[in-house]
Parts: sequence; structure tokens; C-alpha cells
Amino acid sequence: MAVDTLTVDGAVGVDHADPGNYLTTGRGVLSWLFTLDHKRIGLMYLVAITASFFLGGIFALLVRTELLTPGQTIMTADAYNQMFTLHGAVMIFLFIIPGIPAALGNFVLPLMLGAKDVALPRLNLASFWFWMFGAVFALVSIIVGAVDTGWTFYTPYSTTTSTAVISMTTGVFILGFSSIFTGLNFIVTIHKMRPEGMTWFKMPLFLWGLYSTAIIQVLATPVLAITLLLLIAERALGVGIFDPSLGGDPVLYQHFFWFYSHPAVYIMILPAMGIISELVSVFSGKHIFGYRFIAWSSIAIALLSFLVWGHHMFTSGQSSITNMIFSALTFSVAIPSAVKVFNWLATMYKGSIRLAAPMLYVLSFLFLFAIGGLTGLFLGALSTDVHLHDTYFVVAHFHYVMFGGTVIAFLGGIHYWWPKMFGRMYSERWAQVSALLIFVGFNLTFFTQFVMGSHGMPRRYYNYLEQFTTLHQASTVGSYVLGLGFLIMAGYLGHSLFRGRHAPSNPWGSATLEWETTSPPPTHNFDREFSADDPYNLDSLRFDPAIEGWVRKEPRSILLAEGGSH
Amino acid sequence: MAEHTEHGVHIASLRLLVVVLIALMFGTWLTVSATYVDLGALNIWIGLAIATAKAVLVGLYYMHLRWDRPFNAFVFISAFAFLALFVGFTLMDSAHYQDLIIPGWPGQ
Amino acid sequence: MAAQHHEECHDPHVAHHFESADQQFQSAKLGMWLFLATEILFFGGLFVAYSVYRSNHPEIFVFGHQFLDKNLGAFNTVVLIWSSFTIAWAVRAAQLKQIKLLKWLLVATMACAFVFLGVKYVEYSSKWKHGLLWAAKFQPHLEATVGDGHGEGDASHEAGGPQPEAEVPAAEASGTAEAPADPDRPTIPLAPDGPPGLAAEAEVAGAGHGAPMATPDMAKIFFSIYFLMTGLHGIHVLGGIAAMAWLLRCAARGDFDTGHFTRVDMVALYWHVVDLVWIYLFLLLYLIH
Repeated sequence: MAVDTLTVDGAVGVDHADPGNYLTTGRGVLSWLFTLDHKRIGLMYLVAITASFFLGGIFALLVRTELLTPGQTIMTADAYNQMFTLHGAVMIFLFIIPGIPAALGNFVLPLMLGAKDVALPRLNLASFWFWMFGAVFALVSIIVGAVDTGWTFYTPYSTTTSTAVISMTTGVFILGFSSIFTGLNFIVTIHKMRPEGMTWFKMPLFLWGLYSTAIIQVLATPVLAITLLLLIAERALGVGIFDPSLGGDPVLYQHFFWFYSHPAVYIMILPAMGIISELVSVFSGKHIFGYRFIAWSSIAIALLSFLVWGHHMFTSGQSSITNMIFSALTFSVAIPSAVKVFNWLATMYKGSIRLAAPMLYVLSFLFLFAIGGLTGLFLGALSTDVHLHDTYFVVAHFHYVMFGGTVIAFLGGIHYWWPKMFGRMYSERWAQVSALLIFVGFNLTFFTQFVMGSHGMPRRYYNYLEQFTTLHQASTVGSYVLGLGFLIMAGYLGHSLFRGRHAPSNPWGSATLEWETTSPPPTHNFDREFSADDPYNLDSLRFDPAIEGWVRKEPRSILLAEGGSH
Repeated sequence: MAEHTEHGVHIASLRLLVVVLIALMFGTWLTVSATYVDLGALNIWIGLAIATAKAVLVGLYYMHLRWDRPFNAFVFISAFAFLALFVGFTLMDSAHYQDLIIPGWPGQ
Repeated sequence: MAAQHHEECHDPHVAHHFESADQQFQSAKLGMWLFLATEILFFGGLFVAYSVYRSNHPEIFVFGHQFLDKNLGAFNTVVLIWSSFTIAWAVRAAQLKQIKLLKWLLVATMACAFVFLGVKYVEYSSKWKHGLLWAAKFQPHLEATVGDGHGEGDASHEAGGPQPEAEVPAAEASGTAEAPADPDRPTIPLAPDGPPGLAAEAEVAGAGHGAPMATPDMAKIFFSIYFLMTGLHGIHVLGGIAAMAWLLRCAARGDFDTGHFTRVDMVALYWHVVDLVWIYLFLLLYLIH
């Protein structure tokens, strides 16, 4: 029914007389909720996932506060179980999986292609609506009986607990469709809508990141859907596939769950790596080093991600032969990951590095992701994993990768594309303060957890021995510093929306196509169609002090005098 | 010989569609008949082979993969490849841990 | 999924962000193939569950399949194959702008889908009647099978298929007492040598010809798998009916008069996958030797 409205909305972009940008074209809530414009959908996603991040962050702070002292600090043990489950479920399913692809990817991908929109705009809107719909189910479950199973919903506990597992898993099931739609759309768009001159190996590396992410979204998420459907059927009907009390096999549940959820880890990190590839080149003032290696390593990670799921099950009753195979395969993921890191470092080598806010996040990323990645090798090794599994070491490891990797890159991307999204610059000084607080707060929170974990502090425990008190308290203080960093960020970014200096088209000196249009772009993105060339040829740009932005030394070859000729 | 739409998309001839239909019906008859012959463990594999032959016919002719962009076929086939991966690992593992959940399981 | 089908619904012309009709058609088509890949993996999960239980507990499949009517299954297979033919023909009709033929073929395909669901209803209600339901609701009262006259097709070739009344309490007892500590858990002992699947099948076949066959301990899991697989497939058949009804509406509106057949093509691809899944379901659930 909405479809007819949408058509009109999408067609607005053809109207060249319109002087406004995508933010001002079309007013009112409905013009946003039913828009087909990828930029608006991306922005709505950004708002939605930021709200989820805030919610998940509140749960995290509550968990950390409870752990300030041994025994009860602010909540009961049952409430604590619900808090860490909700923290995990909200952060993973509502925030980090859709985070970079659906928010930043949606905004940037067609712009980087010099295109007017994604290939399937209605599917794109459907993806957002599915996200909203799934989020409602997840929120309802928080109200009617917050889940306490851990975000993994392991059977048999998830079939016996009295909390609202069905509502939460239904929500996640629907969120899965949202993720599939985004991935499907991106694959089609990248295949069919690249501009003239943009061969596969002239695509910006962020697109390679999104493309490999989309492969995983399309091929792995359906398995999550069927897993959750079986879990729902298990609870609602008692089908006994996973429930041992009916003759089912709980280890099979873990195979199902991790067949999706391990690749899902790469849904989180691959687009983050794509962002870093863009940023590291621009802020080092140098062409990216080893383009093809970075591009291929994205695809390699996407494919390898399907071969390592068993490393979550080393102590779950998985057979020893399978353990050995998965352990060996797990190490192989380190190769393409390290290929990327070395290429980024080589890009920075002898570059003229500008320590602008996005670059601060790149440096944080390189530091934190290296730690996160290397500790992953400890966990991939069978003998050390037996000692470290289900301790804070694991918690620290995946936070170094997920937060230190994905969230930090996401923040870098936000700071990088913020001027393009809103046409405003933020306060560089405050951005530096915030980046520093986040870096320090993060390390304080999670490095202590490496120490605790290696000393045997189990994860998800409500209580702990006296000897861990100092480290737990340091970790909690770190989480508050982290929270403060985000508060400051919310402050200066919010301020920039109203008071920030107007952004030039190309504030950073980047050579990718999204900087060819105004900040913020018009609804139809570009007035011209371009022939694309090397996206990292930064020498083609020069700084123009008059506009405080970068311009091309020679204009791009223009294919058509005007867009929207159809 | 072959018909095409204005945009150059192949149009399958009615004759071909009927031939495939007959082949599919024959395949179904063959699958059912094969179950009445006791071939031990071979039965399931013969059945799967016939079913897969039918699936290939449907894919190539009814779903036009024979004339379509190869990448579309690649997408579809990779789904089966990933499914094979999923089945393979899970089956291998579950066969090995059954002795832990079923007393008296004869082992690996 | 619905949104997928709605692509290009509003307008037979090229959407503003595409450069050519071919680009638009190829984009829709690639999108559809990707969607079909997700469908394969979505169903795939159930096939994984099937494989794991079939390989580790072959006896429950040998036992359970006797209660599925092979004739009805074969009939439904023929119906779906026929419907695959009609919708493939419908694509041809749409490409050639034979609108009247297209409408008839869509109606024929929908009719097949309804027949399929009707037969499924007959099968489900007989399972319901005999308590042959998924694990938690599995309470077989199989004595009814003998007098009922239902399922001649499957009963005829299984000499001792339906169980005598005396077996029933035992079956129920083993069904409810599922404690892992139960030393008699595998009701059907497995030979220590040779592939477990073969050994169990031989054991059961022997039992089938001589003494009445006992209800295997985990027979209920077979019916869980049966209902999950056919149920999910049935939902997809319903989706196909909805999609074809939508095509009929589009055809009535004249959307296909210009030779714009993308939508028919997409729905046909979807319907073929529904058919493909059934080809395997028929083999794996009904035709167990």
C-alpha cells in the first residue's frame, strides 16, 4: 500500500529545479518513514542503531556496576543474568550486525558508485521496517520477561527458562530478514550498478568490505532463521530436535547456532576493515598499499568464516577429531586478517599522517584489533582454550575485536562521513578528547579482563572471589570513562548539527566518488555521471583554503551533461 | 532457432517444456520403483541421484539457467555448496559424539 | 519476501535509478537468485537435522515412514511437477504477450497448489487422528490404523506394519520415560560392526517381516521432522499461491501487455524451488527403504 506513495517520493530526485538537499527535500515524519532514498534510510538506521547502542550501553554499565563488589551490589542474581543477556542480544542483533552495513553502508555505497540509489530501493525500505518490527519484538521481550539465557539461547536452558525466549527469538528472526535484505541489495547493487570505468579492482575497498559482508549475510543468516524457528517450535510445540528431555541433541543446536553466528562475527568486522582501508589512505595522504591483497583478503575472510564455527564448541561435547579440524582451520583466518593489518601499516609508512579524528580511530583500531586478533589465536588453540574458555579472557578477546575493531571503526566512519551526511563539521578538539577517553576507558575496562580471565575468573558470574575485587573495580571504572567519552561525543556531534561550520564537498581530500557531490548531497546524489578512476589517487586533489576543502586539479571526465535523463 | 524477447532473453520452446515434463514424470516413477528393489545402502544414494537429476532438469530448463547469466547459476550452486559444508561437518561430528549421549552406542 | 516480489510492481517502465531496462531486469533477477540461495539454506537447516537423525537413528525413519502414504506423496509430487510445467509455460506466455494463456496457466498452477495443500490436509488429519504428532504430542494409538482402512498404500507392503494393541502401552511408556540414565535407551540394539545405518535397517527389516515391529524409542523425532519439513514447505506453497494471485491481479490490470514479464519470471523461479524442495522431501520422508 505504501508502494504508491513511495514511487512519488523516489521520483523527486529527478526534479532538478529543487535546490534543497536530501535532508530538506520532503518534510514530515512520513516523508522519512516511507522514503526510498538510500541516504534517508541509512540515516534512519543510524538513529535506530544509535538508540540500540545506547540501550545496550546502559545494560553494560548496569552489569559493570553490579560487579563493583562481590555479592549483591545493585541487583539480584536473576536480574544480573537478564542484564548481561540483554546487553549481548541488543548489542549484537540490534546494533553491531546492522551497524556499519545498514547505516553507513546504505548512505555511502550508492554514492561511492556514483549511482542514484541502491538497486532495489523498496527492498531497502523493507529491510528498515523489518528491523523496526524485529526491534519491537525484542523490546517487548525485555518488558514481559527479559531473557536470561545469554545471547546464544543455548538449549536446553532456553527451552526451560520462564523468561520471554519466544518473543526475543522472534525479534531476532525478523532482524535476520532485515540483514538478508540489506546484503542481497548490496550484492545486486555492486554487481549491476558500478559506473563506467569502475572495474572490480577499481572499487573503493569499503565496497569490497560490504560485498564480502553481504555474501555472509545472504548465505549464513538463513541458517540463523531456521535455528531460531526450530527453537521457537521447541518451546511452543516441543519438537524435540534440540531438547534432550524429548530425545533431542543440544550439541546440534550449537552447530546450528554457530554456523550462523561465527560468520556473523565477520559480518561485524569486515565492513569495519573496509572503513579502515578508506581512512588509512586518506589520512596518510598516500595511495593504499596492496589494494588487491586487501580486496582479496576480504573475500578470503568471508569464505573462511564458514569453516571455523566449531571453535566455539571445543568444550561443548564436540568430538575431538572435529575439534582438531576446526582448531587448525581457525588459525587460517589469521592470515588474511594479518595481510590487511600489514598493508594498512605499509600505507602509513612514510605517509604524511594527519591526526584528525577519523585517523585517531584508525590508530585505535590497529592497536586494539591487533590485540583482539592475537588473543583469538590463544583461544583457537585447543589446549589453551580448555583453560580459558568461559572466562573473562574470552569476554576481553571478543570485546577487543567487536568494540576495539568494529565499534572503533564505526566511530571513525561516523567522523569521516559526518560532514557528508549533515553538511556540518564537528569540533576537532572535543573529538580528540572523546577519542582519547574512549581509548583509555576501553583498555581499562577490558585489559583488566584479560588478566582476570587468565587467572580463572569465569564469565557471566554474579559473584567473585575477593582476590578479583581490584581488577573488577578497575574494569568498572574503565566502563564509566568509556561512557563519559560517548557522552562527550553525543554533545559535540549534536552541537555540530546546529552550530557546526558548513562542510565543503571534500573536507578530507579523498578521491572516492561520494566527495564529488555537495555536503549534504541532493536527493538524486549527483548532477552528472562520472567515469570512475583510481579511488586512491590522492594526488589528483589540492587543498583550496578559500573553501577549506579539497578540489580536483582537473575535473573528472563527465559522461553525461546531466543525470536523471530517464 | 531459439526465440528471444525484445531484450534478448531466451524463450523456452513449448516442446522443450513438455519434454522436460515427461522426463520429470519418468524420474518420479523411477524413484518410486527403485524403492521396491532392495539394494541396501545404495537405495538412498540412487534415490538422491535421481532426485538431483530432476532438480538439474528443473534448474537448467524451467528456471532458464542454461541461458541465463552464469553468475546466477553460480549463486544458486554456492548455496548448495555451503549447505554441503554444513551437513558435512555436523554429520561428521554428531556421528562421533553419539557415544557420549547414547549408552551402548557402537562407537566410531 | 513479499517486498521482493513487489519490486517493479508500480511501474512498467524503468525506475529512475536504472539506466536501461536490461540493467533493471538483470538486477531483479540476480536479487531473486540470491533470495533463492537464502531459501536453500533456510530449508537446509532442516535437511541437516534430518541427516543427523537419519544417520544416527535410522530405525525411527524405517519405522515412521510406514505411516506416510506413499501413494498420496507420489500424487502430490506429480501435482507439483505439473504445476512447475504450467508456470514455466506461463513465463513463456508472458514473454510472448499471450495474456489470456498466461492467466489460464496461472490459474492452473494455483489449482495445483490448492490440490497439493488439500492432499496435505488429508495426510495431516490422519496423523492427527492417530496421535502421530511431533515429539511432545506424540501419543500413537496405532490400533486404529488396522480397522480404519486408511493408508492401504503403505500398509499393504509392510506385513507387520501397524502395531497390535498390546504394544501401545509399551510405546507410550518408552515415549515418556526418556531419562538418559535408562539403560535400555536404544530399543533396537545395533550391531557392533558395520555401518550403524545398515545394521539397524537390517534389524528392523527382520522385525518387520516376522514379529510386529516395536515403536523405536525416538520415533517421535521422525514425526517432528516430518511436520517441520512439510509444514515449512506448506507455508511456502501458501506464499506461492499469494504470489500467483498477485500476478493474476497484475495481468488483469494489463501490466504484462507490454511484454514486461519480470514479475512472472520471479514468481516462477520461486515456485520451481518449492517444487525442488518437495522432490527431495518426497524421497527422504516417504520413500525410505
